[in-house]
Amino acid sequence: MRYLPKSDSERRQMLDACGVESAEDLFAHLPEAVRLRRPLDLAPGISEYEIVDYFRARAAENANGYASFLGAGVYRHYRPVLVDTVVSRGEFLTSYTPYQAEISQGTLTTIFEFQTMICQLTGMDVANASMYDGSTAVPEAAMMAARITGRHRALAARSVHPEYREVLRTYALHQGMPVEEFGYAKDSGAIDLEDLERRIDSETAAVIVQSPNFFGVIDDVKAAAEIAHRRGALLVVVFTEAVSLGILEPPADADIVAGELQSFAISPSYGGPYAGIIATREKFVRQMPGRLVGQTVDTHGNRAFCLTLSTREQHIRREKATSNICTNQALIALMATVFMTVYGKAGLRELALQNTAKAHYLAGKVSAAFTGKFFNEFVVKCGNPEAVNKALLKTKIIGGLPLGRFYPELADSMLVCATEMTRRADMDELSEALRAPAAEEVLA
Amino acid sequence: MYPENFRYTKEHEWVLMEGGIGTIGITDHAQQELGDIVYVDLPKPGTRVEQGRSMGSVESVKAVSDIYSPVSGEVAEINPALADAPEKLNEDPHGAAWLVKIKLSAPGELPDLMSAADYQAYIGAEK
Amino acid sequence: MIRKVRSHPSQNEALLFERSSPGKRAWQLPELDVPAVDASVALGAGNVRAEIPGFPEVSEVEAIRHFTRLSTWNYAIDYGMYPLGSCTMKYNPRINELVARIEGLAWAHPYQPEALAQGAMEVMARLEAALAEITGMDAVTLQPSAGAQGELTGILLIRALLEQRGNPRRKILIPDSAHGTNPATAAIAGYVVENVKSTDAGVLDLEALARAADHPDVAALMVTNPNTLGVFEENIVQAAEILHAKGAMLYMDGANMNALVGIARPGDFGVDVMHLNLHKTFSTPHGGGGPGAGPVAVKKAFEPFLPTPRLKRVRGKWAYDFKRKRSIGRVRAFYGNFGVLVRALAYILAHGGPGLRNATVDAVLNAVYIRKQLELYFDLPYPAPNMHEVVFSDERQAKLGVRTGDLAKRLIDYGFHPYTVSFPLIVHGALMIEPTETEGKLELDQFIDAMISIAKEVETDPEMVKQAPYSTRTSRVDEVAAARKPVLRWKPA
Repeated sequence: MRYLPKSDSERRQMLDACGVESAEDLFAHLPEAVRLRRPLDLAPGISEYEIVDYFRARAAENANGYASFLGAGVYRHYRPVLVDTVVSRGEFLTSYTPYQAEISQGTLTTIFEFQTMICQLTGMDVANASMYDGSTAVPEAAMMAARITGRHRALAARSVHPEYREVLRTYALHQGMPVEEFGYAKDSGAIDLEDLERRIDSETAAVIVQSPNFFGVIDDVKAAAEIAHRRGALLVVVFTEAVSLGILEPPADADIVAGELQSFAISPSYGGPYAGIIATREKFVRQMPGRLVGQTVDTHGNRAFCLTLSTREQHIRREKATSNICTNQALIALMATVFMTVYGKAGLRELALQNTAKAHYLAGKVSAAFTGKFFNEFVVKCGNPEAVNKALLKTKIIGGLPLGRFYPELADSMLVCATEMTRRADMDELSEALRAPAAEEVLA
Repeated sequence: MYPENFRYTKEHEWVLMEGGIGTIGITDHAQQELGDIVYVDLPKPGTRVEQGRSMGSVESVKAVSDIYSPVSGEVAEINPALADAPEKLNEDPHGAAWLVKIKLSAPGELPDLMSAADYQAYIGAEK
Repeated sequence: MIRKVRSHPSQNEALLFERSSPGKRAWQLPELDVPAVDASVALGAGNVRAEIPGFPEVSEVEAIRHFTRLSTWNYAIDYGMYPLGSCTMKYNPRINELVARIEGLAWAHPYQPEALAQGAMEVMARLEAALAEITGMDAVTLQPSAGAQGELTGILLIRALLEQRGNPRRKILIPDSAHGTNPATAAIAGYVVENVKSTDAGVLDLEALARAADHPDVAALMVTNPNTLGVFEENIVQAAEILHAKGAMLYMDGANMNALVGIARPGDFGVDVMHLNLHKTFSTPHGGGGPGAGPVAVKKAFEPFLPTPRLKRVRGKWAYDFKRKRSIGRVRAFYGNFGVLVRALAYILAHGGPGLRNATVDAVLNAVYIRKQLELYFDLPYPAPNMHEVVFSDERQAKLGVRTGDLAKRLIDYGFHPYTVSFPLIVHGALMIEPTETEGKLELDQFIDAMISIAKEVETDPEMVKQAPYSTRTSRVDEVAAARKPVLRWKPA
């Protein structure tokens, strides 16, 4: 087998050095009761070419050459070619977690740059070296707020990504953290501040909002912060569309920012792997989960980097750790780092402006259901979204996300997204379909 | 090496009684085992503490150690120097790097603790 | 002295922010095919930010040079062996990278209609089936993002089943040799942790287990098998029986599966729930610290509680089942780290059944070979037969003032990444070594010679060993200063 670099004669030499007759003797000490005495029921190994054929065939069974108006937490953006060039280097791809600082300065330096750029982007003081994804960054942020405030309830806006809220519930259930929700305003699509005011109490550790929210609406973070802080709770601000930070005011009133970086050159890849982040204020740094890279010096006084504040983590604090997380999404974070480097200050702004222009062109033709300002996605009322999408597929267009599966009250609407990759012709096609008879069918 | 007027716990804390106030720290043995101290996590003044229960922790780069309160009472004062200079705990664990002062609620707890000689014997045996 | 290091062509590459200047650019977007917008009007004046302060501005050439130079400061599997115990740093096959990037897979959106996602769903179904066969379990979830999350999922599954049976119980037993994620996970799942001591031979103490398990509060025992000493838990079947007799469960941390694939199956020796690390046993790249994937394999009784959604066949096609009343819910958005799952399946397809077993045999042969050569020079605290990894202690060298951490740093000068230092905790001054099957005899012999040379250096010049490494771009870094006064981002002067 091509990945096993020993010849039979070398195996023989090694077996002799070990004082055993055959390789099977190495397992002789295992109790017979545990031994698998038949071959694994898996097909024999195949060649490289056949592996490619297999996956090409699977890829062909997915959507190919379709235009898409799906957003909802996963966004289509151009991936600069430099991203794969850099992450394909064996020194990045096949390296281990940088516990041995002297031989991992490449990884450590890029993570330090990443942490810096996330701070610059979000307006926070400190950022970690990434979480698994945006969805798990949310419960981590909530648990962090609980540790800091000593309180135990979480209050999440319904306009936070529905699957993120599901993940929050799964984690919170076992932390003795009741999760309640507050609603959105029917006209603007932004958070219902009165509902928030009604539901927040002296046990609320975290108020969790998303901006732009799941409906694409730029939400009222300042107002949410005022209410949260007045009642002694922390404000967690979530983002799923990182490109929005190229043009939108960062959430400076947040105590903790929990976000998803998939938009930064991370392939949609049917749902993962992605990279989440947690960023926060200086004073909360020891309560942060996840890896942190810090600057230091070596014995000659040269600048160097190393993992630091490790005592928060599982391998030292064990059951008292801030989280059980071990991994950071280093390679994925590196993709984001290269993306942020390629676009830079001016490019990210221009990219965000193009997204705004595309989505607002589309909104001009189909009209958004909510009055709130939006970035690159918005809700459209269209009677029967499933029927509209079925018709669109015939012209190789995947329409927006029918919202009924997450918001029964919005079963007559879909969430559409337009990015710098979306072509005018496809937007014209979509708006035609939304005006066509199928769109006016009322749901039975 | 180990002051005669201190009392010692099996978890390597020392306590010095003055009136109803107990000054608490960790022993020289403890700071040696931990290595370079990087952070000290102390309870806020006013916190109630219980004998034998953790009231904070001491961190080195690679390890964390709970600080167990040798006495019960209320935290009266914490050492302000350690926030900015945790390394003082390595330099002077029995003097300038005391951790907290506790207002005792039960002076009768003291006899449970070890004398300097007993503590010396205890750490000798541990090795 | 054997030298394998390469020189560093670029010692002084600055940070991106230090190389930036206004107006430099590496990007170009196509012209808009729609009218441009005034951001203040479209987004609301109060919502538009000023420029991002300090964000880099570099050219494409500077960008590629920057990251290329930085990459030369890293060690990697592509350069040489990582003898890291329990990490299973095996070769990351490049074909896996290619297939993961095929457009129809890489650009698939998790919400695209099921009819247009059949290929992705087939990949996941095939991987689930393969992992079930390898582990001897009945059902697999691919949702967890990494080993630690897989562990959490597994413990939540146990809680859910016990809850359904009337009492979730309060305690989880963990051997004192366990990895740190185990107790951390148990705590997050709302359980209290109780340590179970190992025997003098370093394995599970059945009597201690029986005493600890004889309590209606015990929900499960979390084991790693082989354990963190690389030793097979010979009493695992009895351990499972003790637990099951009390209605408790056996959870297995699959970190050491590289010793078992094709040889023994956890489902056959009494395990109820386990997680796998695709970035260990199944070759997906570590990438400097992630991503990974932590599938969980379970016995039938746990199937209803698995995270939602599950794949099912409907009229000859794949579909998702979201209506699962007893599910523990989601542990993450979407379906899992699909890109990592593709790589793991490619690995399994490349090896096939016989190939996977051969890999296991080679992994164990390599570790036993290392043990035989090095036990003359390093103290072996637990003499039981080892499998895919071996654990020494620094006892002999410690007498001369040299600890495992020092030996590890000196190993760097010989061109190797260090082994796992100071773990497991039950060995004082541990050296934990796992070569994996993708190391050839030449590399192993060079490693062995390096370790022997270092052992000799300790005897003649211990101080020199204690100040290592000497050949790296940076000398030993000051971790104490980094922790006392953390500087976690660049700031302009």
